[in-house]
Amino acid sequence: MNVLGKFAALGALALITACTSNDPSTLGGGAGGNGAIVPGSPSDPRSPAYFQQAVGDRVLFLVDQSTLTPEAQTILQGQADWLLANTDYVATIEGHADEQGTREYNLALGERRANAAREYLISRGVAGNRLQTVSFGKERPIEICSTEECYSKNRRAVTVLTGSTTG
Amino acid sequence: MMRLLTSLFVGMTLLAVPVFAQNGPLRLELDEGIIEPLPFAVPTFVPDTPAAAQYANDISRVISADLTGTGLFREIAPDAFISRVSSFDAPVQFADWKAINAEALVTGAVNVSGKKLTVRFRVWDVFSGQELGNGLQFAGTTDGWRRMAHKVADQVYARVTGEGGYFDSRVAFVSESGPKDQRKKRLAIMDYDGANVQYLTDSAAIVLAPRFSPSGDRLLYTSYESGRPRIYVLDVGRVKRQELKTQEGTMSFSPRFSPDGQSIVYSLAQGGNTDLWKMDLGSGQSTRLTNTPSIETAPSYSPDGSRIVFESDRSGTPQLYIMPAQGGEATRISFGQGRYGTPVWSPRGDLVAFTKQNKGRFHIGVMRTDGSEERLLTASFLDEGPTWSPNGRVIMFTRETQGASGRSTLYSVDISGRNLRPVRTPDGGSDPSWGPLQN
Repeated sequence: MNVLGKFAALGALALITACTSNDPSTLGGGAGGNGAIVPGSPSDPRSPAYFQQAVGDRVLFLVDQSTLTPEAQTILQGQADWLLANTDYVATIEGHADEQGTREYNLALGERRANAAREYLISRGVAGNRLQTVSFGKERPIEICSTEECYSKNRRAVTVLTGSTTG
Repeated sequence: MMRLLTSLFVGMTLLAVPVFAQNGPLRLELDEGIIEPLPFAVPTFVPDTPAAAQYANDISRVISADLTGTGLFREIAPDAFISRVSSFDAPVQFADWKAINAEALVTGAVNVSGKKLTVRFRVWDVFSGQELGNGLQFAGTTDGWRRMAHKVADQVYARVTGEGGYFDSRVAFVSESGPKDQRKKRLAIMDYDGANVQYLTDSAAIVLAPRFSPSGDRLLYTSYESGRPRIYVLDVGRVKRQELKTQEGTMSFSPRFSPDGQSIVYSLAQGGNTDLWKMDLGSGQSTRLTNTPSIETAPSYSPDGSRIVFESDRSGTPQLYIMPAQGGEATRISFGQGRYGTPVWSPRGDLVAFTKQNKGRFHIGVMRTDGSEERLLTASFLDEGPTWSPNGRVIMFTRETQGASGRSTLYSVDISGRNLRPVRTPDGGSDPSWGPLQN
């Protein structure tokens, strides 16, 4: 209760500060922006949509690899920051493979990829009990051409926000 | 008799010729056209009554289709026939069948009484004028007429080749519809030739890789119905399924029955690592068989249950290994170029069928259990997941075509690499599992 109380007080303070420095009619309007933040939309930094689009919900892998590239690590760092700031959410990391490979092996490979992303998030401070993994192998490609252009987008681990403890 | 078997023996000899492991796709052309299929005739079975006429006609056609489908036999079209067979017991006019080069002749009669169907038949060696084996009779119900036809064809096949048949058998598979990125998958079962398709699940959850029990009464499969891949066992007769519980929060997949049907071996993935486990179906207890940081999957028992062949990437790429059924040291058996997966032990015990990926192409192949005499039977953009016919003579597998409109189809191929043919299904099909001969 005490902790929650402090958070509530801090939140109220932040709100007051924000209000005093901006037009009160556009509550929480971003600096320099002239549109209102629509809660839940990609413009709301606390929304899953923002996580998905601005932070980036997916990382890509090289052929047969589950090692995180520098680009993937940057995106996962952003995911970790977001998850640490938005502690109400839990996530399931979905691992995928391209169609080059057998069904069974790709299921295992997808799990390896999902786990690589999960381990990275944990190393950046996200609690392990907030992060589940599942592999779809090659069952759910997002791009369906049979060239590397599509394959590279299908070899992915997608962090899906699966729940929020607040309404 | 000698003459009758001649052309088949040519085929057998050919199959035994060692082939060259490196040039997979070329092998297909090596065998093509060399074998001469044995010409046979199946004059429409004689109906005892007018009510039996349609069954007699349909049964005769299915027998012909079964034999022709093997690639080992060639049907002589009925319009070439000189003799009419109007009575099952009348003497066969061998000269008339010799004249059109029919080496094997199948005669029969069909009786229908209410819902009871009786089929009598004889197999003849035309050139020696001898009956091959003895006349036989099968009795059943009218709605089981296709099975009776398959049973007759199995008898003909066995008598002429000396090997068991495979026509009276069923195949479980995944029926597929829709585009690649939102494919609908349903578990289905059908006769080996694509007839009598029955759906066992709806398409609400992804289902993968059904596997028949040794007696054909149950299927193992993997479903996402809980949100993550888990193994289920389904009673085929009652169409009732039950989850096989493994550790919470893990993924389990790639199950296969032990030859006694009492336990299963499967893959369990947790923490980024996939290992092989065994579950006793009586107690539900699982024990670990492998414990390595690499991926171990696609296990398959030897017919005697003493060993397991599986796929592992412990060497850096997926390769095939054999270990004792209770776990322990594994021996690598695949050494060719490329990646090997989904090994399946043949019912005869002498061969392992596998999927091979090399230079952007996929192949179905076979090798001896020590890894020698590797032969590639197919080549395409994506072939995978072989399953053996009950007699170990034919392999069925999944072929997927490339691109945005890519589609999965079931194919079968003789272990010589000849007679590649699609298996007819209502929609797309994948992950076939060939069940045992029915009783």
